[in-house]
Amino acid sequence: MENRSITQRLNFLWQGLDPTLGVILLFLVVIGNITFMSASSGTVVSWVEQARNILSAAIIMWITSRIPIKWLEKISLWVYLFGVALLIGVAVFGLVKKGARRWLNIGVVIQPSEIMKIAMPMMLAWYFQKKDGLIQLRDFFIAFCLLILPTYLIARQPDLGTAILVLAAGFYVILFAGFPWRFILPFFIIALLGILLVVIFGDSLCAKGVSWPFLKSYQQHRVCTLLDPSSDPLGKGFHTLQSMIAIGSGGIFGKGWMKGTQTHLEFIPEKHTDFIFAVFSEEFGLFGNLILLFLFFLLIQRGLQIAASAPNLYSRLLGGAVTLIFFTYAFVNMAMVSGLLPVVGVPLPFISYGGTALSTLGFGVGILMSINRSRRLVQT
Amino acid sequence: MVRNQEPFSSLETFQERIKVGLWFVMACLLLLFFRFFWLQVIKHTKYSTASESNRIAIITTPSQRGLIIDRNGIVIARNFPSYSLEITPAGVNEPIEDLVDSLNSVLKISQKDKTNFFRALQGAKKTESIPIRNFLSDEEVARFFSRKYAYPGVEVQVRYFREYPYQQLGSHLLGYTGRISQKDREKLLAELEESQDDSTSDELKPIKIKGIQQVGKIGLEQSYEKELRGTVGYNQVEITAGGRVVRNLSSTAAVAGSNLSLAVDIKLQYLIEQLYGKRRGAAVVIEVSTGDVLAFVSMPTFNPNSFIDGIDADLWKKLNESLEKPLFNRPLRGTYPPGSTFKPFMALAALEGKFRTADQGIYDPGYFKFGNTVFRDDAENGHGFVSMRQSIAVSCDTYYYILAHDMGINAISSFMKELGFGQQTGIDINGEVKGILPSKKWKKAYYSDPLKQKWGEGDTISIGIGQGYNSYSILQLAQATAILANGGVVMRPHLVKLIEDPITHQKTPTVPSETTRLNFKPENLKVITEGMVGVNTTGTGKVPFAGVKYPVAGKTGTAQVFSLGGKDYKASAISEFKRDHALYIAFAPADKPKYALALVVENAGFGATAAAPIARQALDYLMLNTWPEGVPPWKTVQ
Repeated sequence: MENRSITQRLNFLWQGLDPTLGVILLFLVVIGNITFMSASSGTVVSWVEQARNILSAAIIMWITSRIPIKWLEKISLWVYLFGVALLIGVAVFGLVKKGARRWLNIGVVIQPSEIMKIAMPMMLAWYFQKKDGLIQLRDFFIAFCLLILPTYLIARQPDLGTAILVLAAGFYVILFAGFPWRFILPFFIIALLGILLVVIFGDSLCAKGVSWPFLKSYQQHRVCTLLDPSSDPLGKGFHTLQSMIAIGSGGIFGKGWMKGTQTHLEFIPEKHTDFIFAVFSEEFGLFGNLILLFLFFLLIQRGLQIAASAPNLYSRLLGGAVTLIFFTYAFVNMAMVSGLLPVVGVPLPFISYGGTALSTLGFGVGILMSINRSRRLVQT
Repeated sequence: MVRNQEPFSSLETFQERIKVGLWFVMACLLLLFFRFFWLQVIKHTKYSTASESNRIAIITTPSQRGLIIDRNGIVIARNFPSYSLEITPAGVNEPIEDLVDSLNSVLKISQKDKTNFFRALQGAKKTESIPIRNFLSDEEVARFFSRKYAYPGVEVQVRYFREYPYQQLGSHLLGYTGRISQKDREKLLAELEESQDDSTSDELKPIKIKGIQQVGKIGLEQSYEKELRGTVGYNQVEITAGGRVVRNLSSTAAVAGSNLSLAVDIKLQYLIEQLYGKRRGAAVVIEVSTGDVLAFVSMPTFNPNSFIDGIDADLWKKLNESLEKPLFNRPLRGTYPPGSTFKPFMALAALEGKFRTADQGIYDPGYFKFGNTVFRDDAENGHGFVSMRQSIAVSCDTYYYILAHDMGINAISSFMKELGFGQQTGIDINGEVKGILPSKKWKKAYYSDPLKQKWGEGDTISIGIGQGYNSYSILQLAQATAILANGGVVMRPHLVKLIEDPITHQKTPTVPSETTRLNFKPENLKVITEGMVGVNTTGTGKVPFAGVKYPVAGKTGTAQVFSLGGKDYKASAISEFKRDHALYIAFAPADKPKYALALVVENAGFGATAAAPIARQALDYLMLNTWPEGVPPWKTVQ
């Protein structure tokens, strides 16, 4: 024992960390940093700060990966209740900024809807685990109720972007739990039809004076500018139009690192956060995009693989849902930047600048690694 | 209803779902790939052209800051144009550090200029023009132009700077502007976003903040920043890939800030500052019927012009470390025990609260004994029998020791609170302090030691002569005097009378009407006025007010610095800083009051000899328009 080499002694540090996930993440983070350096040149946002964010996310990931998944399962209900309580707190005492009531001051100002992104799948996975083997149709009904309450609270803040992400996270758990297809398909078809109708009749729906039910006027405006960004080129359509120009002008091989004119002449808004993909795409072209899509695919594939071989229902559901949330983030962000979806505040996972988002992601990856570890423990 | 007995969540279902999920993910990624293919291959030419022609930049033009004008139309803060050497990073072909070094061989660029430039560069857009040297002389401009070809991206621009033509005159009330800091910017941006101003689209908000170069840092410049600033203008211009402007596409003109028309009479301000000379202190003169602050003096002053382009570190250190505290706004933030100037207010409290009648006399043996403590009068053998009017005129301490003892602290502090002692007056300049209005509640909150928290009856006695825990600003003292002179009607004191729109020239008054009214009995006010007139005819103020041509009510005061508890001045400070403060309050004409004032001359000894002569000459100027000999006449700067 006395003669163990240093590598052996440090073994505990990476024991249990999944090397496949690790390598994929490393590639993504490197791409993120290269792009960030270009996007942030000439601004105050410092590379050091981003490096610090990455480091703290890595620490969060490492710590989470050490936590036995059983423990997470035990606290799921409480985390959920805590999150809902905070959301109710927001509705009652919340701080209003830019017309939205999203924040709560508990000494520090927090945004409780962030917690729900992870708390939601934890709760539902916990619920199904409790009913494991005896799941009936009414359990799905209960699960939907558990899902709708926080989603509603978030949507009325209003924060439609986060509400959709939370809804998606919960929905993934319900799907993985085996919600029958015959109930899902009709929804799917209605949604598809709805989108088609909006696209076809977009012009008359976006005419002046028409106001849509359920949506706020700014949300309607976002959908309308998506349908026709050139309708308001210097106003709300500016972001989408400029990022589409950035992507399109990148061509197959891109303009080269640090050479994106759209980026460096300040046409891309939020260029180191939500719109960083436009910077990447302009400078590295379709070729770069393919590499990025491939990396995200590998990440999802590995995540689902871990979920598929997890030892119990809770970790299977949670692992599957967390993985698909990564995917949803990536898809929604890239679709928004390339003008397929309306502009909602969703960062590109592991690439966009920002401490909170990175920490949440680090936590998510940590959960996957913990699940992976628990599987090995069961096998041995 | 048939109960569904099949288990929903078998491992098989889950694995099937995982497969479906993976297919779904692949479909979505494929969709993205098609989108990218569409944008980057099929529509590439279109977007490439769009990006080529996409060279529109927004360049801001700063707004002209509003002027500050005194009540007689004399301009006391204005803007002057000056040449600045500026660098637009997008147009520069070499590393900026090298460029700055080589520019240094043409024009002198100091270390301070460099620091400021690189700080501004950090948060700036590449197409933004950033000053590296301000205030170029004509000769320097010519020297640069002869070599301009060698410096692409470097231009000479005209920028406007703030200027205070009367230098250090009224510096504490005017304040100064300075370069906007990152903190200021964040604050302004937050304000703009809070304001839900729909006229500015989200993209333009940061640009509007960017265009602001100078902000008010202190004084009226800071308190009226919003009004003075105006709105930044901007041009949309087409630029080359290098950032050079090709043509103008659209422009929105800057809107100049509003002018401030002051209540202050700058000539009176100048006169009082001259009368102080090298002495330290504070003076506030108020027009009683309106609340107009005619003079707001804090001595010594500083030169606000030194701050405009960033103050020199040595000068800053000197101003900050000086024992005379030239940066300290004394009338607003300095608090002093009022000394005997407190007595007329005590007397009024006694009459209003029916603790005394005007003619009720007391015998003053020269001291008042309370328990084992002896409170001494200034006059060693006492004043004999004194009535209320005499007690004010001769400033009899014993009268007020006994009065305070009879009234008790609760009655005193609730009356003084109404007069505004220990309260903010609400003057239109930021940073006003409250001072200390002694009360049982205050003492309990002030001291943490339970032994000291309890109010002793002995504490009340020295309150009666304006000593003890009393501590008020000169502004409060002047305001209380103005309320007394104005028959109990409270007018909020203000330095700015009107805000003038630069385009329509429409003037909006800042304070339209009376704030509150205190219901003092006219006969009581008359007794106090008579007592205060007595001060200047037969009492402590008769020497400085000899031969005065209008009836004037006043009260001298001498405040022991000792009672400040050495908190403001360290024991190591030279003994001069331990001498008593001289105070004086007055209003004139006594029969139909127009003006009220309060002033302190720090460490100057007796109020009658040091403070009252300043008040006399200020009142002579206001009432008779005379100018004292020995004071250099006023010269208006063009």
